[in-house]
Amino acid sequence: MLNHLTLIFACQLAGEALTRAFETPLPGPVIGMVLLFIYCAIRKGVPDDLASVGDNLLKNLSLLFVPAGVGVMVYGALFAREAVAIVAALIGSTVITVGVTGLLMQRLNKTPVLMDDTK
Amino acid sequence: MNNATSIWVYLSTTPLLHLTLTLAAFAVGNSIYERMGRNPIFNPVLIAVVILVAMLIFTNTSYQDYFEGAQFVHFLLGPATVCLALPLYRQFEKVRGSALAIFASIITGSLTASASAVGIAWALSASQETIMSIAPKSVTAPVAMGISEQLGGLPSLTAAMVIVTGIIGATLGPLVLNVLGIKDWAARGLAMGTASHGIGTARALQVNEVAGAFSGLAMGLNALATALLLPLIFSLIF
Repeated sequence: MLNHLTLIFACQLAGEALTRAFETPLPGPVIGMVLLFIYCAIRKGVPDDLASVGDNLLKNLSLLFVPAGVGVMVYGALFAREAVAIVAALIGSTVITVGVTGLLMQRLNKTPVLMDDTK
Repeated sequence: MNNATSIWVYLSTTPLLHLTLTLAAFAVGNSIYERMGRNPIFNPVLIAVVILVAMLIFTNTSYQDYFEGAQFVHFLLGPATVCLALPLYRQFEKVRGSALAIFASIITGSLTASASAVGIAWALSASQETIMSIAPKSVTAPVAMGISEQLGGLPSLTAAMVIVTGIIGATLGPLVLNVLGIKDWAARGLAMGTASHGIGTARALQVNEVAGAFSGLAMGLNALATALLLPLIFSLIF
């Protein structure tokens, strides 16, 4: 377990280093995701130990956003200044984006995974 | 024996208090979410944030003091993002089969997110700074802040908008997808990740692994697409 936790951290660390070295617009953890993907591809599978660490972390992914969410309170005043415009733009744009992206992908995807097929 | 006030004064200065409160607030949020039949409206992140903000205001605690404890949870976001490689790897056959559809949908989604946010904010006569800050709001926070700075927005305001967008996507996104009759898990995940980055991905992963894999992929690719396209488009328009 410890080895695989180290592997995950090492992927992020290497990602942080690479994104700075090559000045890519992607954050370190996203490059780290690519590196871990490459590791799995080389191993031709996800080792059980890695899966147990990684899947448990992902199972609680929502929790990890809570501290940043609380941080929104710091910008309450900035939000309040133009509250109507900001809230309307965030809600409207998010709803439109989910709809447009979902509809386009459903139309273009030739190998859909239908909801009823997966239990 | 110490009185309650001095115990509180001691505890409120250790990271343990706010770390524990963060986990407890999320546990409350999660149990409400489960009890409501996992209805996306009762998003556990939203509930936990509301509880914690109310508590911080009530106890007159600054966000900085709160973060002393909460940073241990926050820190794990990076490693968890790395782990999104696992569902992606397991579902990669499906991803490869739809590569072209994925690229077309994400680029369209990236442009739609920025254009609609800027359009609505502009129509409601938001300030220039707000408009520039809101443009990258669907992108994962570190990238969005970088884009915002390039455009002349306020990166910290962008970070807050990104989080709010994530929560909106996680709560309203599944309803929008249901109303539009989108039954393909790949399309549902891709839409969630493109519109609402990691918070949408967290919700998608909970519901279905295919959706989670596509959502994580969309989060990464949308960050790339928006970081490359948005500054270019803005330099042509403004």
